[in-house]
Amino acid sequence: MQQNALSSEPIVSLRDVQKSFGPLRVLDGVSFAVERGEVLALIGRSGSGKSTALRCIDRFEKVDGGEIVVCGHRVDRPDVDLRALRQDVGIVFQSYNLFPHLTIEQNITLAPCAVKGLTASQAKDLARKVLAQVGLEEKLHAYPEQLSGGQQQRAAIARSLAMQPKVMLFDEVTSALDPELTGEVLKVIEQLAADGMTMVMVTHEMGFAKGIADRIVFMHRGKVHETGPASILTSPVTPELMQFVGTGNLKS
Amino acid sequence: MGGHLNINHLMFLGQGALWTIGLSMIALIGGGIVGFVIALARISPLKSVRIASAVYVQLVQGTPLLVILFLGYFGLAAIGLKVSPLAAAGASLTLYVAAYLGEIWRGCIESVPKPQWEAAEGLALSRTQRMMKVILPQAIRIATPPTVGFMVQIIKNTSLASVVGFVELMRSGQIVNNSLFEPFAIYAIIAATYFAMCYPLSLFSQRLERRMGYGRSNLAPA
Repeated sequence: MQQNALSSEPIVSLRDVQKSFGPLRVLDGVSFAVERGEVLALIGRSGSGKSTALRCIDRFEKVDGGEIVVCGHRVDRPDVDLRALRQDVGIVFQSYNLFPHLTIEQNITLAPCAVKGLTASQAKDLARKVLAQVGLEEKLHAYPEQLSGGQQQRAAIARSLAMQPKVMLFDEVTSALDPELTGEVLKVIEQLAADGMTMVMVTHEMGFAKGIADRIVFMHRGKVHETGPASILTSPVTPELMQFVGTGNLKS
Repeated sequence: MGGHLNINHLMFLGQGALWTIGLSMIALIGGGIVGFVIALARISPLKSVRIASAVYVQLVQGTPLLVILFLGYFGLAAIGLKVSPLAAAGASLTLYVAAYLGEIWRGCIESVPKPQWEAAEGLALSRTQRMMKVILPQAIRIATPPTVGFMVQIIKNTSLASVVGFVELMRSGQIVNNSLFEPFAIYAIIAATYFAMCYPLSLFSQRLERRMGYGRSNLAPA
C-alpha cells in the first residue's frame, strides 16, 4: 500500500460515535481511523452496526454524538458542506443503484458534468477510462437492465471512480450477487486497492477481507469489539470474533 | 320552436364539443402547471410548505367540483368580482385538476426507489439536479398512464361547467333540446360524442399501462 508522507491526518476518522434509531442504540461509541491508501474492512453480524457506521461516513445517517472527520470535513456538524464531502467520498451500494433511464456512459458522465463542470467530450473520455478500469469498455452504450448483476456493480464502481474520490466506501457490494458473479467485482476492488485507493468496506466475504484488508474492524452490538491486521481473522482474541469466523462466511 | 334536428343543430353541437375540448385543455395545462408545483411542494424539505400544500389538496378533494364552480362564478360575482363563464370554469377546473394531479404526481415521484435518491446524493448532485436528472425522468414514465387516465375524468367533468352558463357540449345539447324537445336523440348524441373523446384516451392509457408493466423491470431494485 502506498503511504503518503505529506499528510499524517487520517482520511477518515470516527471518535466515540453514537447513533440510535429510536430506542435502539446502533452505534455505541465507535472509534476507528483510516489512513491514506489503507483498506479497512468492517465485519460483524447483521445488526452489529457496521453498515450504519459506513453510512455515517458519507452522512447518509446523522450521528447523535461523537466526531467524524472525512478528508477534513466535520461530518458530525450540521453545517457540513455535503456536496463538497461527497465529491471527496465515493460510495457503492449493495443494490448497485445505477440510473435505469440512462446508458452506462450517461450514468458515469452525469455527475462529472453536473458537479465538476466537465465538458461532454472530457466526460466521455473519462467514462471510457473508468470503464476500462473495471473491464466494461464495450458496455458504454448499454442500459443497466441489459447488464448482469456483476457488470452493473462494476459499472457502479466506475461511476463512483469518475468523480475521482479520495476515499471509497463499499456497502456489502457483493451481497446481492450470485457466487459466480462476486469474483469479477472483487477482482476490480482488488485492483483499486493495488492502485492505492483508500477504501472502507462492509463485507461478508471473509476470505476476501483477509486477502485485501490492511486492517479489520470487527463490530459487535454497536461497538468496535476487536480490531487489528487481517491476521486477527485466523487468530481471533475475543470469543465473539472467534465464534463469528468459526461459523464461516456469514450471510446477513 | 319544434322542427327536426338539422345540420345547423349539429354544427352548434360540434361547436360545443370544440369548447369541451378547449376547456379540457385549459384545465389540463393550467392544472398540470399548478399540479406540478403542488407535487413538489408536497415533498418539500420545508414542513410549512408540505402542510400548506396538503391542506390545499384536502380542501379541494373534499369539495364537489360543482360547488367549486358555483363559488368561482356566483360567489365571486356576489363579492363584486364579475368573471366570464369561461374564466370561472377555467379557473375552477384548474384548481380542481391541480389538486388531483399534484397527488398523483407526488405518488409517482415518491415511488422512484429511495436508493436512487441516495445514489444521486452520493454523487454530489444538488437537490435540483437529483430531481431533474435522476428522479423526474423516472417518475414521468410511472406517471404517464394514470395521468392519461385522469384526462378522461377531466373531459367528462367539464360538462359541469354548463351550470355556470358556459356553452360547452352539454350546455349546447340543452339549448338544442330546448327548441326541439327530443331529449333522447339529442342526449344520445351528446353521450356518443363524450364517448368518442374519452374512449381513445382510455385505450391509450391502458396501452401505456401494459407497456409500463414491461418497463418496470427497468427500475432499480428497491
